[in-house]
Amino acid sequence: MTGASEVAAAPGQRPDPDRLVTGRGVPPVLAAPAAIGFCFLLVPLLALLVRAPWHGLAGLLSDPVVLTALRLSLECATAATVISIALGVPLAWVLARARFPGLAVLRALVTVPLVLPPVVGGLALLLAFGRNGILGRYLDSWFGVSLPFSTAGVVVAETFVAMPFLVVTVEGALRSADRELEEAATTLGAGRLTVFARITLPLVAPSLLAGAVLCWARALGEFGATITFAGNYPGTTQTMPLFVYNTLQTDPEAAIALSLVLLLVAVAVLALLRDRWLRTAGTS
Amino acid sequence: MPDRAMPDRSMPDRSWRRGWCLTAAVAVLALAAGCGSAPEAAPAGGGSAGSRLSGTVTVFAAASLTETFGTLARRFEAEHPGVKIILNVGASSALALQISQGAPADVFAAAATANMDQLVRTGAVTAPSDFAGNVLQIAVPPANPARIGGLADLARPGVKVALCQAQVPCGAAGVAVLGNAGVRLTPVTLESDVKATLTKVRTGEVDAGLVYVTDVRSAGSAVRGIAIPAAVNVRTVYPIGVLREARNRSAAQAFTAYVLSAAGQRVLAAAGFQPP
Repeated sequence: MTGASEVAAAPGQRPDPDRLVTGRGVPPVLAAPAAIGFCFLLVPLLALLVRAPWHGLAGLLSDPVVLTALRLSLECATAATVISIALGVPLAWVLARARFPGLAVLRALVTVPLVLPPVVGGLALLLAFGRNGILGRYLDSWFGVSLPFSTAGVVVAETFVAMPFLVVTVEGALRSADRELEEAATTLGAGRLTVFARITLPLVAPSLLAGAVLCWARALGEFGATITFAGNYPGTTQTMPLFVYNTLQTDPEAAIALSLVLLLVAVAVLALLRDRWLRTAGTS
Repeated sequence: MPDRAMPDRSMPDRSWRRGWCLTAAVAVLALAAGCGSAPEAAPAGGGSAGSRLSGTVTVFAAASLTETFGTLARRFEAEHPGVKIILNVGASSALALQISQGAPADVFAAAATANMDQLVRTGAVTAPSDFAGNVLQIAVPPANPARIGGLADLARPGVKVALCQAQVPCGAAGVAVLGNAGVRLTPVTLESDVKATLTKVRTGEVDAGLVYVTDVRSAGSAVRGIAIPAAVNVRTVYPIGVLREARNRSAAQAFTAYVLSAAGQRVLAAAGFQPP
């Protein structure tokens, strides 16, 4: 898990200049697999670009059905990210700093959604929060709240799948953060909350942003848990990935164009974030 | 234990990574080599038909055929010990798309003629035959919490209904049935195939779903079926055909013939399918 969290933390952190010096010339042992890996990741995207019916793209972007799905996707992914930050950062702090028996087990359990096939995650959510779920039955009978087939259900499914990305990233940063600054602040009389807000959070800010971006991206692409737990209906639960899958069954051309729309929007948002936040956070 | 392991974690990391990269590179090369040699190893059987069938037959079948084709495949394998049937079930429209994109199938059995016609037009299938018919039924959880008695009840406010999405055969049939009955409703979800719709009923997440009679029967006591009057019901016809690109044509033709035979028809009838 250490490896995963380091990789995950990388996008937010500026490369260390000392490391750059040693990075002159790539050893051939690494170059070949790196090139294969790069091509493997790039070729499917390239295929999408090559085969995309570009002329139909403008029409799609003004189609209300497409816009509804796109808006729903962006809103739900953003809501899932906000919830993930609100719950995930404290959770990451506990996992990284607290000391109590069973912590190792807790740490492992938090990453379970990362390895769980999303459809299984969706099924687990149904069994927990569905109408007959172990908690869902009380939500329904006491509060009249029913998560499946609602937009809130989409947010729940996306949060379940995406939050571990944020937790793992922030936890890794918290563990490797310099504790001396926090200790210095404490000796100077700062309270624990002040230390957390003024020292700890700024220290891990780049990783927090990177984790949030990862979380958002994962939520945006969520399919399996969403369709299993929240169902599929235009306007309430049909996000772009579900819409693309639906369209693929009858009109592959349109599905390609829709995938491209989602891809372009995601890249645009990530590029914007990278320029505006990640850079300033990274250099500070 | 984790505390002791923590401080020195970054040290072995580098060598660990190098080792991992090498392993990955070897794996990629092995994979590439495997892919390269696969087409040569694949062709099996083919030649002398009838006498001795062998190899695998990949059957793409509509989701509603899951149980019956499982039974048919087991019986066929028992009669032809050298043959292994691989079933791939899903929405007919999704399967048709996979086949048109070059998925390695030998036989295609669809839940609607439209999906088969699509492949016949492109030449992927020649001369399919109809082998079964099916009608829709309302499936409700055993306790019938919304007290559904007929199609009109589905439109009551607060009743949660799952339909198949209109692109798949059960969805198209569902829209037609509701249209015939003059029932206008907003479902809570449009599922990707009939089994997904049935699952939403089985788990009790919806009050009712429109599925095939055969799906209700296959679910046993997990759901209850409410008949739809024949006057408004829609009959779907299931065609089956051997693909032009079939790699194991003789065995594929034998399996198709078995589905159409009296023995095959008995299995289908027992599951609630109508004769074509």
